Amino acid sequence: MRKIFTLVGQYFLLMEKVLKKPDNSTVFWKQFVQEVEKVGLSSVPIVAIVSIFIGAVITIQTTYNITSPFIPKAYVGFMTRETMLLEFSSTMIALVLAGKIGSSIASEIGTMRITEQIDALEIMGVNSANYLILPKIVAATLFNPLLMLMSFIIGLCGGGLIALTTDVITPADYIEGLRMEFKPFYIVYGVIKMATFNFIITSISAFYGYYASGGSRNVGQSATNGIVSCSLCILIFNLVLTHVLL
Amino acid sequence: MIKAVNLYKSFEGNPVLQDVSVVFDDNKTNLIIGASGSGKTVLLKSLVGLHDVDAGEIWFDDQLYTALSFEQKKHLRQQIGMLFQGGALFDFATVEENVMFPMDMFTNWSLEEKRERVNSCLQRVRLENVNRLYPSSLSGGMQKRVGIARAIALNPRYLFCDEPNSGLDPLTSIVIDNLIHEITHDLMITTIINTHDMNSVMEIGEKVVFIHEGMKYWEGSKEEILHTDNEALNRFVFASNMAKRLLNTGH
Repeated sequence: MRKIFTLVGQYFLLMEKVLKKPDNSTVFWKQFVQEVEKVGLSSVPIVAIVSIFIGAVITIQTTYNITSPFIPKAYVGFMTRETMLLEFSSTMIALVLAGKIGSSIASEIGTMRITEQIDALEIMGVNSANYLILPKIVAATLFNPLLMLMSFIIGLCGGGLIALTTDVITPADYIEGLRMEFKPFYIVYGVIKMATFNFIITSISAFYGYYASGGSRNVGQSATNGIVSCSLCILIFNLVLTHVLL
Repeated sequence: MIKAVNLYKSFEGNPVLQDVSVVFDDNKTNLIIGASGSGKTVLLKSLVGLHDVDAGEIWFDDQLYTALSFEQKKHLRQQIGMLFQGGALFDFATVEENVMFPMDMFTNWSLEEKRERVNSCLQRVRLENVNRLYPSSLSGGMQKRVGIARAIALNPRYLFCDEPNSGLDPLTSIVIDNLIHEITHDLMITTIINTHDMNSVMEIGEKVVFIHEGMKYWEGSKEEILHTDNEALNRFVFASNMAKRLLNTGH
C-alpha cells in the first residue's frame, strides 16, 4: 500500500515538472507535430482495422440475439451505433492504444534514461520532463479524440458492409436504426473520455519510462508496468466518467 | 572555481561520500581519480546536481549551488558542459542536431549562425563531414568528440567529463585527453574529469584528487603523485606491472 502511495506521489511530482511552460515554444511546437505523427497518425491503420471488424461483429451478434418478433430489426443499427459510440470507440480503442503507444513511450524514455540522455538534458539546463513528456501528452490528448470519431464512423461502416453483403439485416433497417433517437451529447461524452484516457496513457507510460533504472530488462519491465497501470486507470476512469457524465 | 564543502551522500543507508571537501581550480584540468566503486562518479554527479547530497555545500564561484531554486539551477546549468561516459548523444538526432541542440533551446540565433557555430565546434574537436550522420554510425572516439563539441557549444564556464577514456584505445584516449586540456586553456574554464586512467593523470592532471572509500585521501599535482607516501594512493597508482617496473627502474 505504501508503495502505491509513493508511486502516486512520485507521479504527481513528475506532472508538476511536466505541466510547465516549455523552455522554448518553437521547439515545443516542432516536437508537437512529430508527436502527432507518432502517437496519433501512426495508429490510424490499427484503429481502422479493429473498428471495422468490431462494427461488423456487433451487427451480426445483435441480429442473432434479437429473437423476439416484437423487437424491430432497426434496433440492430441502433445497438451498433450506441455500442460503438458509448464504449468501443473510446474505451476499447484506448486500451488498444495503451498497448501500442504506451509501450513505445515507456521504452523510448526508459532507454534515454539508462543511456544518460536525460541526464544530458538536465545538465544543459533543460527541464527534461517537460521537454520529453509534454509534447506527447498534448499531441495525444488533442489529436486522439479524432481517432475515436474515426473509429465510430468506420465501425458503423463495418456494420453497413454486413447489411450490404449478407442477408443478416437489410440496409434499410440498419440505416433506420442508425438514425433512431440519436443524442449528440454522446459524441461529447466519447470525446471527453478519449481525451482523458490519452492523458492517462501518455503520462503514466512516460512516468514509468522516466524513472526506469538498470538495463534493458528493466526498461522492458517499466514498459509492461506502464501498460498494466494505464489499462487499470482507464477502466477506473471509464467508470467514474460514465457515472459523472451520463 | 568549484568548491565542495563537507559533502555527504548515501544510498539506502550506505554511505558513498563522507565529509568530502575539495576545491577545483579555474583554468585547470582537475582530475578525480580512484578505484571502481570508490565514489568518484557519485562525487562528480553530486557536483553537477544529478544527485542531491545529504549534507554539505557546493559552490560555483560565488553561487551556493545547493541552495539554488529549480529555476536558478536551470540557469546555472546553461553554463555547464558535460561529457558522459557513454557519450549520451541523442540517438534520434544527427551529429549536427546534437551539437545544435543547446543553441536551439537557449539562443535566438538564425539557422545560418547555428550551423556556423556547429561547424566551428566540430572543427575544434577535429571532426569533418559527419554532420548528417547519426550517433550509431560513429566510432566510440568520434562519439566522445561529438559529446565534447556539444558540451562546448555555448561556451560553458565549467566542463565535467565522466570517464572520457572508457572503452577507447590508448592512442584515441590521448587524443581525447589533449583535446579536453586544450579546450580548458583556450576557453579558460574549470574542468573536472573523473577517471581511473593513470595515463590521463600523467598527461593532463594539473590538479589530482584521490578518492578512496568515499573519502578524499589525497590531493596534489601529477608530479607529486609519484612521490607520495600515501599507501592507498600508491596501491592505486602502482597497480599495473608497467608502473611497478618503471618505479623499480627509477623512471
